[in-house]
Amino acid sequence: MKLVMAIIKPFKLDDVREALSEIGVQGLTVTEVKGFGRQKGHTELYRGAEYVVDFLPKVKIEVALNDDLVERAIEAICKAANTGKIGDGKIFVFNLEQAVRIRTGETGPDAL
Amino acid sequence: MARSKLYGGLGALAAGALAPSLALADELNSGDTAWMITATALVLMMTIPGLSLFYAGMVRSKNVLSVLMQCFAITGLMTVLWALYGYSIAFGGEGAFWGGLDKAFLKGVTVESMSGTIPETVFMTFQMTFAIITPALIVGAFAERMKFSAMLAFMALWLTFVYAPIAHWVWGEGGWLGGRGILDFAGGTVVHINAGIAGLVAALVVGKRLGYPNTPMPPHNLGLTVVGASLLWVGWFGFNAGSELAADGTAGMAMAVTQIATAAAALAWMFSEWISHGKPSVLGIASGAVAGLVAITPASGTAGPMGALVIGLASGVGCFIAATKVKRALGYDDSLDVFGVHAIGGIIGAVLTGVFCAPSLGGAGFGEGIESIGQQVGVQLVGVGATVVYTAVVSFILLKIVDVIIGLRVTEEQETEGLDLALHDERGYIL
Repeated sequence: MKLVMAIIKPFKLDDVREALSEIGVQGLTVTEVKGFGRQKGHTELYRGAEYVVDFLPKVKIEVALNDDLVERAIEAICKAANTGKIGDGKIFVFNLEQAVRIRTGETGPDAL
Repeated sequence: MARSKLYGGLGALAAGALAPSLALADELNSGDTAWMITATALVLMMTIPGLSLFYAGMVRSKNVLSVLMQCFAITGLMTVLWALYGYSIAFGGEGAFWGGLDKAFLKGVTVESMSGTIPETVFMTFQMTFAIITPALIVGAFAERMKFSAMLAFMALWLTFVYAPIAHWVWGEGGWLGGRGILDFAGGTVVHINAGIAGLVAALVVGKRLGYPNTPMPPHNLGLTVVGASLLWVGWFGFNAGSELAADGTAGMAMAVTQIATAAAALAWMFSEWISHGKPSVLGIASGAVAGLVAITPASGTAGPMGALVIGLASGVGCFIAATKVKRALGYDDSLDVFGVHAIGGIIGAVLTGVFCAPSLGGAGFGEGIESIGQQVGVQLVGVGATVVYTAVVSFILLKIVDVIIGLRVTEEQETEGLDLALHDERGYIL
């Protein structure tokens, strides 16, 4: 099992969710986050006072997957979240040791 | 204000036949009265909720309630003080500097008493709304760091020793500035220069906010600010056209020039910013509109439409420079630009009033006994100078007194936490 974490542009969230549903992903977790990468921040100006905003709002998606789905999921996220412009985000993949469905007590891939 | 003009021809008309309490009374005009009741409500709307929202949007979210609270409490406090003695100091008698206490506790202000063609109750309440918004304007200068209790004490003293006397100088019977032929139709000196200078003094005496100017302090909700500026714009028709105290041709022209100057100033600030920073901003266009409203205020009874256009353009550019460049350069922390918009806009307006009242420039004519633009501008400058000096000195003294007795500033801890929680045990946003 793997945990796939993707940081994407907020307005791409619906596209990514749909793309993942299509390949059979049955659940994911979303968090609103802030950060910076190559895109860096932006400046704001209020009555002549200029502020540099370093951290931009992004959405973090976490989804736990069976090994056989991982490649297709990465592909689906890349395709759905891509705008071709700087700031599209990144995908990180972790090994996942254990998963438990709280209601039934199922463990491992059965719990996903 | 057209009050003295109205009184001019009334003495003879009313003499004799009527009861003593109606000695100065004219026939009640229901059209004038209906308009003045409406105008009074419009001017109250300028403070709550107009100015309150304009300011609330510009502070940080932890202080949003504190400025709303200050404006609301000022509305209550000034109303009570105006009824107790403020109206009397401003309009109760004929001294050069002081109206006296003959009308304290609104003595003699009854269902029958008249002021020109409208009931005195309406005139008194109309003036009350001016006495409310002027102190409320000052709130923007010391926002986010002043103690609520100290604010209340300062405002009570300020109404008593600054606002009411200056209102008498300009608008009261026998007031020394009005007697010199100064043109201040709706309150360029009395309201805007007065509040703007007091604001600057307060910002300097109270001191900068913690972290200013290095910590970012962006407005937390410009949507509120735009709603507030829009309410100010609409309410200002009551302020300016209402200052005619009648529903007549001058009131109509006051409305027209108010609209034209405000629009021109909003565009002027927007384009100034667009040219100097590359983008037009929402805060900029809203600030420009307020600058235009301020500048046309003294001129609204005498300027023509094209004069208003020039006054608007001048104030839009002038206030833009004052609020964005001069403040940066000098380093004072006038949080919401009370000085940059109200004092500078007020001074630009007061001086240009002396220019665009000229009949040759489409104006309605000079002040009493004045025959040239130069002479009129001279009188305007005397009015500006007297107001600036008096309000600066007296505001400074009053602030120092309050500082000794109560202390002006909240603690560092309270300022960091935000005034909403620290002073009111409430939060503006529970999301």
